[in-house]
Amino acid sequence: MHVPALFLMHAPDGFFSAPVSGAMWIVTALVIGVAVRRAGATLDERAVPLLGVMAAFIFAAQMFNFQVAGGTSGHMLGGVLAAVLLGPWAATVVMACVIGVQGLVFQDGGLVVMGANIFNMGIVGTLGGFYIYRAIVGILGGEARGRLPAAAIAAWFSVEAAAILVSFELAMSDTTSLNVALPAMAGVHVLIGVGEAVITVSALGFIAVARADLLHLRDRPSVRLAEQGGAR
Amino acid sequence: MKEPQTEPGRTGNGALEILRRYWWAAGLGLSALVVALASWFASSAPDGLERVAEDKSFVEAGQSNRYEWLPDYTIPGLSGEISTAVAGLIGVVIVVGVVMVLGRLMVRRRA
Repeated sequence: MHVPALFLMHAPDGFFSAPVSGAMWIVTALVIGVAVRRAGATLDERAVPLLGVMAAFIFAAQMFNFQVAGGTSGHMLGGVLAAVLLGPWAATVVMACVIGVQGLVFQDGGLVVMGANIFNMGIVGTLGGFYIYRAIVGILGGEARGRLPAAAIAAWFSVEAAAILVSFELAMSDTTSLNVALPAMAGVHVLIGVGEAVITVSALGFIAVARADLLHLRDRPSVRLAEQGGAR
Repeated sequence: MKEPQTEPGRTGNGALEILRRYWWAAGLGLSALVVALASWFASSAPDGLERVAEDKSFVEAGQSNRYEWLPDYTIPGLSGEISTAVAGLIGVVIVVGVVMVLGRLMVRRRA
């Protein structure tokens, strides 16, 4: 029986060449190592259940493809949502776990290219998205006021960044050329990024209503006080 | 008549209060609902990368999997939408388990 390949933004093995896949595995392994250490140093004990719920939600959201346009669909990545709630490093760990399970258990994304998939979908948008988020929150005068617009913009950029990165990896792998892949990938993901922004903002808004205190679990109390004490 | 004593932070709104206390169950329940309904309601159109791969004809570069456990979110032997729903629920349990164990290990190592 033929099962249609459903690889979503998850690349199957063969899309990226051996050198590209290997290099991305090395970079990803290093970043995950740093993320585990940094998250371990700053994660609030009370955030562990939120870690589990975020993993469940991101796994679920990545399974649910929404229609965008012209017979194309997209799914949420979730990196910015996780980073706003858990901090960038714990969020990176959660994203790597979800993408790892998708590849290992569900054959969604190849094993050779898993380093690239984790980097594209779980690291760039999560770490980069968080720093975009923080910059916009700064401009808007604090998280209380700027949380939702900053998260929306960061979420959109996280999807575009992943799409652009995939294009470069495809081109470096000689799978296709950059001037073919880049406009197509960046173009399709303009709309998918809007979906990401909508879901991210809805989830944060829902949490703000239901349990606003969960928005402040990101840093341990000691870390939070130190940051508030500093001139920021 | 005295008003019944309320705990600090209590809103008096029953549903909201349950949500506040059992937010994690609400989060897991929502996730379970999304995966259970995905096979019926999610779009099966090709996604961004798949669409570009088809349009730009490099889709054949993709290799098949080395092994199959629950390939493409299905349970071998179960057919139809229910197969994907069950596979999705198994996935939710696995990712929550993996992340919670890792989270506890990360926090404990510090202590």
